[in-house]
Amino acid sequence: MEYLLLIYSSEAGNRQRPAAEDQAIFGEYMKFTQDLNASGKNRGGNALEGVSTATTVRVRNGKTLVTDGPFAETKEQLGGYYLVDAKDLDEAIAIAARIPGARFGSIEVRPIMKLPG
Amino acid sequence: MDTGAIDNFYREQFGRILATVIRLVGDFDLAEEATQEAFATALEQWPGEGMPGNPRAWVISVARHKAIDHIRRRARFEERQGELQRLIELENAPADDGAQESGVPDERLSLIFTCCHPAIARDAQVALALRTLCGLTTEEIARAFVMPTPTMAQRLVRAKRKITAARIPYQVPPPETLAERLDAVMTVIYLVFNEGYGASSGDTLLRTDLSAEAIRLGRILVELMPALAEPHGLLALMLIQNSRRDARVDANGDLVLMEDQDRSRWHGEEIVEGLRLTAEAMRSGQPGPYALQAAIASEHARASRAEDTDWRSIAKLYGMLVEQRPSPVIELNRAVAVAMAEGPERGLELIAAIQRRRALRDYFLMWSAKGDLERRLGRFKAAADSYRRALELVGTAPERRFLQKRIDEVERVR
Repeated sequence: MEYLLLIYSSEAGNRQRPAAEDQAIFGEYMKFTQDLNASGKNRGGNALEGVSTATTVRVRNGKTLVTDGPFAETKEQLGGYYLVDAKDLDEAIAIAARIPGARFGSIEVRPIMKLPG
Repeated sequence: MDTGAIDNFYREQFGRILATVIRLVGDFDLAEEATQEAFATALEQWPGEGMPGNPRAWVISVARHKAIDHIRRRARFEERQGELQRLIELENAPADDGAQESGVPDERLSLIFTCCHPAIARDAQVALALRTLCGLTTEEIARAFVMPTPTMAQRLVRAKRKITAARIPYQVPPPETLAERLDAVMTVIYLVFNEGYGASSGDTLLRTDLSAEAIRLGRILVELMPALAEPHGLLALMLIQNSRRDARVDANGDLVLMEDQDRSRWHGEEIVEGLRLTAEAMRSGQPGPYALQAAIASEHARASRAEDTDWRSIAKLYGMLVEQRPSPVIELNRAVAVAMAEGPERGLELIAAIQRRRALRDYFLMWSAKGDLERRLGRFKAAADSYRRALELVGTAPERRFLQKRIDEVERVR
């Protein structure tokens, strides 16, 4: 089963972090990603540009409405994601808990829908 | 073969049978439906034909076939690969699943941990546990929680959908998460008990059905995890509290404080069992919060008259409890015990400390406890004010009547 681990944290908070600490967290992410690769459970993932670069698209009555910014304005913003292969929700939660961002932000765990056929 | 015997069998075995069928079928929702149908078939056949030699294996086998029928129908309509795969597996599984009474493993523990999984909302955990482990109908659960049946039904459907869609595992959690997850299970059981024991709304103080179901769940947990201390503590706590149910309200349904209760109306056999379980839970050396609460309840249960209560021990136990579970409510209880052991003034000091932190301001028991201590010190005006504040915050009718009576008393002596 595949799960998308969405990494939320406060962009404002991230900007205020001292450079040395930033470096350390970056190192932790590198290490986490290597471990995940080694376990064969990594299906992909990326860091995202800031929400100020986000665009939201909706189609209503056949017309495309484009608005600036993310869908929901919240205190924490989606900053990146991993797509992982886990045997069940407990394993997905265990992997999510190891993401460095889980300590200062939140990880949303979403099962990938299996389409019929 | 009367339907009463079948009812008893249903009550006692539903959870255990469902737990096995879930493992066989691999789908929570489908297993529940199939198990319901199997019991319905039993209700049709058994009164005429008599109960089969191994009724549990009979129901499991019928449920398995019902599930196969469901999957076959679904698979035909939707031609889902996964469903067909599942069907082949199920049809080829050995037919003698649970054929011998002893051969049916007790899988309720997996069920308990699945129902109380932290990824499910707390309210839904409670409803699921009652639905699956105790076999209560959706209507019964809705009635117990004073909620419209469709709302409760939707809550259950959403929870079951999440179990399947997010693939919440059907298993006892591994050692590294067991303690934390067991905690969640015990919270759910104690929540059910309290919902029954001190109903948070409505006119009935005791919804005994829910308390009885919680005790049943507690027993299952002790039976399934006999080596662990805390489940013993939880069961002991519930039994001892429940032993006071008849003395806790008077003929008008009004609340009677423990000190005023007719202790001859406490249920002795529950106390005896509770004391024994408490001793076992405390033997571990490092008692957890449920063991400590059971030990406190035991101190009350042991005193044949209110004035014989060992308040010093109780205050000490509350001190240990507050260290493990820092909470203003426990501090309040400690304050009351200290007041009993060392005088109302010491108790009021501790309550003042809670108030300085602006905690419990909307908690009616804080105000009624404060009123009681003030009344004991003869500060009747302050007592009346505290009781009145409590009255503004309280929910159930018997508790309201109790506070009004106290207000009338202190106003009379003033």
